[in-house]
Amino acid sequence: MKVSRNLTYSMLLLLPAVVLLVAFTYYPTVATIIDSFFSTPRGRRPARFVGLANYETMLADPVFRKAIVNNMIYAAVIIPCSMGLALAMALLVNARIAGRGFVRLAYFTPTVLPMIAVANIWMFFYAPDYGLIDQVLGHFGRGGNNWLGNPDTALWAIIVITVWKCAGFFMIFYLAALQQIPPSLLEAAEMEGATYWQQLRRVILPLLMPTTLFISVNAVIEAFRLVDHIIAMTRGGPDNSTQLLLHYIYQVAFGFWDTAYAATLSVVLLAILALIALVQFGYADRRIFYR
Amino acid sequence: MSRLSVRSLVKTWDETRAVDGVSFATEAREFVALLGPSGCGKSTTLRLIAGLEAATEGSVEIDGLDVTNLPPASRRISMVFQSYALFPHLNVADNILFGLSVRGVKRAEQKQRLDRIVPLLGLSSLLDRRPSQLSGGQQQRVALGRALIAEAPVCLLDEPLSNLDAKLRAEMRNEIRSLQQRLGLTMLFVTHDQTEAMSMADRVVLLRDGKVEQFATPSDLYTKPNSVFVAQFIGTPPMNILDATLLGPAWDRLPKNTLVGVRPEHIRFADRGIAATVVSMEYFGADSVVSCRIADKPVLVRVPGQPGFAGGETVHLSWPQEAQHLFDQHSGKRRDPIPDQRLAPALEFVQP
Ligand SMILES: Nc1ncnc2c1ncn2[C@@H]1O[C@H](COP(=O)(O)OP(=O)(O)OP(=O)(O)O)[C@@H](O)[C@H]1O
Ligand SMILES: [Mg+2]
Repeated sequence: MKVSRNLTYSMLLLLPAVVLLVAFTYYPTVATIIDSFFSTPRGRRPARFVGLANYETMLADPVFRKAIVNNMIYAAVIIPCSMGLALAMALLVNARIAGRGFVRLAYFTPTVLPMIAVANIWMFFYAPDYGLIDQVLGHFGRGGNNWLGNPDTALWAIIVITVWKCAGFFMIFYLAALQQIPPSLLEAAEMEGATYWQQLRRVILPLLMPTTLFISVNAVIEAFRLVDHIIAMTRGGPDNSTQLLLHYIYQVAFGFWDTAYAATLSVVLLAILALIALVQFGYADRRIFYR
Repeated sequence: MSRLSVRSLVKTWDETRAVDGVSFATEAREFVALLGPSGCGKSTTLRLIAGLEAATEGSVEIDGLDVTNLPPASRRISMVFQSYALFPHLNVADNILFGLSVRGVKRAEQKQRLDRIVPLLGLSSLLDRRPSQLSGGQQQRVALGRALIAEAPVCLLDEPLSNLDAKLRAEMRNEIRSLQQRLGLTMLFVTHDQTEAMSMADRVVLLRDGKVEQFATPSDLYTKPNSVFVAQFIGTPPMNILDATLLGPAWDRLPKNTLVGVRPEHIRFADRGIAATVVSMEYFGADSVVSCRIADKPVLVRVPGQPGFAGGETVHLSWPQEAQHLFDQHSGKRRDPIPDQRLAPALEFVQP
């Protein structure tokens, strides 16, 4: 078979990207899946094939189930809240308001802060009695809350931080998309008698749909990925009330050194994300209008 | 069925006076063109009338009702944007029906009105298409349809034909004009193309630097220009403006500081007359434009056919007296000839 020069060149040009992707994405993925069917090697005992044993352990693991439920709540709140807030902030700073440069900066600040710094700021907000929130509530006689120490409120306290952190980032995308909408479209809508809300619903939101899809994919990823502040603030506690899947994987892998079980949990996380991405793209591509 | 009137409209942005005391009033069902060079404030005037900009001073009235402080949607005005401003995510039908739909008009009535307007615009087979799947002319018609379906009595158009090629533009001119007449609309049409304004409009508002230079019918603009600016803006090639002192002793009886304007098509080559030198010729088929010089001042002459002059040849020019316009040199304003001053000179050159 004669290989055309074109083909040779294109293969050579693709090679660097292929090497990187294989080395850092596909090989680890496949290795993780394989590891999940083996036991964890310990000392002189090498890994041996155990079939689905790790998955059986996982299904019986109450911490895993708690982490899944928490993560579902975490995602279900963070995705709509951060996106809604991002859109609202983008609409606000896109309008002709005084000092909008400053407001844009203020909204974007959480995004540029490292998560560990964010965690420290919020530790101060949440601290019992002398924390900012408790001090304010104290004036109304409602102080003495341990937001992060109480299993009922800890997850919600974490959720607030994540929304605060993500919304500013997503706002930038919405803002960029808003500025792409020709003003004459909105003027035309206004001339035709559309109120602000009608303009928003019938013109702005449909034109923002490609951006919304992009952001929603990102928001899903963030909802499973952003656990740095849990490591810094609660370590999944109290009583696993802030345990999330990725944080649990981290604990199992680098706290308990049970790498095979960590691989099993990773496969589940991967499967969840792949499934969501498939649904998002499959559903959205049929409904979204791209210019 | 509505009269639109604009009184001393002013719009300033910091230093710029984009619109500087514009006043005019249309008749009902009149087609008025807003004409002027780029940056003279045509779009701004239109946007002030539409309510998309707030006027600094002055007022806008429709049928005697002051709408200056009303929002755009309550002014009973429709508008066609220069860029068409079609909603890219909606198909043709939904684009046209957008206004009715947001105003909560019943589905059945929407359909009825759509069926009425679509054949007028020749869009029947395109209703399901998105704007990106339409040609420029079709998009233009959709924009027109969206503006017309609301049946607002006043329709504003901002250079709606500037994105079309010459042939389509000529077709759309006729279509817009006939729609306007059939629907009895008052239309204000912005353009920087004088032939468009002259051929379509009942009357033309000629703007310059935010001020109305002249508001008149196309034929008055052509035959009685108010100023040197109007004289040179209307007509191709523009009117020749000559210093009276150049033209010889016969013009001495004119008042001092007078400019004489003559249109290229009114000048004839003659045996006697003002001596000029041929510089070059441009041939256009039906006629030719000959560039001459009278004592270093350029003069254009339009003659039928293709005259056989050579460059550098000396010729004599003449024109009938009634084709001659007089302007004040300082103000540039028209000066009406005073009968008893006997502007005889030109009579000598009247062609038989
Ligand atoms: N938003 C604005 N801010 C400041 N100046 C403006 C603004 N809009 C228009 N202008 C100025 O007002 C003047 C008139 O502008 P306008 O758009 O009305 O011109 P126009 O006659 O429509 O020109 P064109 O034929 O090029 O469209 C211009 O000098 C322009 O620079
Ligand atoms: Mg303009």
